[in-house]
Amino acid sequence: MRGSRVLSATFGYLGLTVAALFFLLPLLWIVVTSLKTPEQLFQYPPRWWPEHPTLENYTYLFSKMPFIRYSFNSLKVAGLSTIGSVVSCSLAAYAFARLRFAGRTALFYVLLATLMIPYQVTMIPVFILMRSLGWVDTYYPLIVPWFFGGAFGTFLLRQFFLTIPTELDDAAKIDGCSAFGIYRRIYLPLAGPALTALAIFVFMFQWNDLLTPVIYLSDPDKFTLTLGLAFFKGTVVTRWNLIMAGAVISAVPILIIYLAAQRYFVQGVALTGLKG
Amino acid sequence: MQRAGPHASSVAGRRRLRETLEGQAFLLPTIFGLALFWLGPVVASVLISFTDWGNGQHVSWLGLANYRALYTSPLFWKVFANTWYYTLVSVPAGMLLSLGLALLANQKLRGIGLFRAIYFFPSIISMTAVALMWSFLFNPDLGFINYVIRRVFHVPGPEWVNSIQWAMPALIFVGVWKWAGYNMVIFLAGLQSLDRSLQEAAAMDGANSWQRFRHVTWPGLTPTTLFVLVIMLIGSFQVFEQTYVMTEGGPAYATLTMSYYIYLDAFQYFHMGQAAALAYVLFAVVCIVTALQFALQRRWVFYQ
Repeated sequence: MRGSRVLSATFGYLGLTVAALFFLLPLLWIVVTSLKTPEQLFQYPPRWWPEHPTLENYTYLFSKMPFIRYSFNSLKVAGLSTIGSVVSCSLAAYAFARLRFAGRTALFYVLLATLMIPYQVTMIPVFILMRSLGWVDTYYPLIVPWFFGGAFGTFLLRQFFLTIPTELDDAAKIDGCSAFGIYRRIYLPLAGPALTALAIFVFMFQWNDLLTPVIYLSDPDKFTLTLGLAFFKGTVVTRWNLIMAGAVISAVPILIIYLAAQRYFVQGVALTGLKG
Repeated sequence: MQRAGPHASSVAGRRRLRETLEGQAFLLPTIFGLALFWLGPVVASVLISFTDWGNGQHVSWLGLANYRALYTSPLFWKVFANTWYYTLVSVPAGMLLSLGLALLANQKLRGIGLFRAIYFFPSIISMTAVALMWSFLFNPDLGFINYVIRRVFHVPGPEWVNSIQWAMPALIFVGVWKWAGYNMVIFLAGLQSLDRSLQEAAAMDGANSWQRFRHVTWPGLTPTTLFVLVIMLIGSFQVFEQTYVMTEGGPAYATLTMSYYIYLDAFQYFHMGQAAALAYVLFAVVCIVTALQFALQRRWVFYQ
């Protein structure tokens, strides 16, 4: 019995390690490439570790290329979108979870149905709308829609709000607390983990998004990091060491958030996935 | 406590009215957003698809001409086939990989959290960065993949994104590699919600691990599988970043899928009307496929 358990653990770790290498080796190769000089890049056979690793690709991107500006632009877009989404989705989620009113179920289903609409269907009329407002080549089209709710975030928070016992509301109502007061003083403080999960999701989505910035932004000074990176590839075609350094720069902030708040990522996926 | 009496109904009525007004106040941003960014555009998109909308000047009504033009265009059918190629390979491959990862990561072993974190990591980096990384890894001359192929098989590797035959497999691989860990987490949540006593009972009755998976784990996991299948299908019809970064639809339209074609048509060539028609065809495909999933679920999804 004991011998078979050791055997199965050995096979378990073997499988886990092979799978881990499948994801890690490409990433490691990228990091190594970003530390190479152009000469080392063209060396054959390629080396796993350059003789003289250098940070010059990174310093080049920060000093000669506008990567600091790109990062700041991305931070602004992702940060404001996150605030908008958390506020508007939590309001809607509270109403769907706890208030009783005509048309609640129907409206909730309409909202969920939007998850099925491909972005390609709405992007053309929304672009025409944004253009008529004079918002092309500004950040408004990237940020403003997030202040108007959204199916994913509302669903995620509603699932969480439903787990909060209603006795708390009843006690607050007896004390004369309004619906907004209950939302503000009971639900928001208790929903910390779910709000964090949503905030992380929206921030990450916006930090990583390419399509909307591609459609709306044309002034290179306004580029987000993701758009700057994609644009940059076209300008320095074969300088892979630089491009890889750019890719690493764009991934590092997300990696830091991930390491600091890993359980919220997993909770967010599980909270929306389980009840699907 | 509510008192019975003549007042009760009017009090209840007032309360219902107040709750409705409150509900609508809380939902004001959502209702506004639905109208402005979802339902309005879905309707507007149909109307635009019946016109020759370009830059917004001199719009004229074309009726179904845009749809007819698609139907008779060989490029449209090529793009349609490419879209299905991407979906029909990437979805099954992604399902198998993420389910396999979930089974691996569901073992009770020390350090399992670290392995889960590694598998999940690619799904949080931007597809742009991932596609750039793989553009380099798939580079025919300098790339790691062809280096390994040369070393192991002693043959030159394919031209990957420059090759009509291999560009699409490369894009598919990148999509599967990036999202496997994300879907693994959903499968993992499904696995952990299963009733463990069933597993133990099956083991007691002498079922081997394949039999336990096939007859106990898999039936319990089918609702999760349906969910993953639906989100993967919808996602696979909307590929954009890989194409934009790695191939721009080429070579010779080999990787041009509907979602990318819509982008090109609308925002590079400013054929908004034509692009809207194409978007509606995509929408119809997504709706039919999703409806089919829910219709077929009775045959294979097992609810406890």
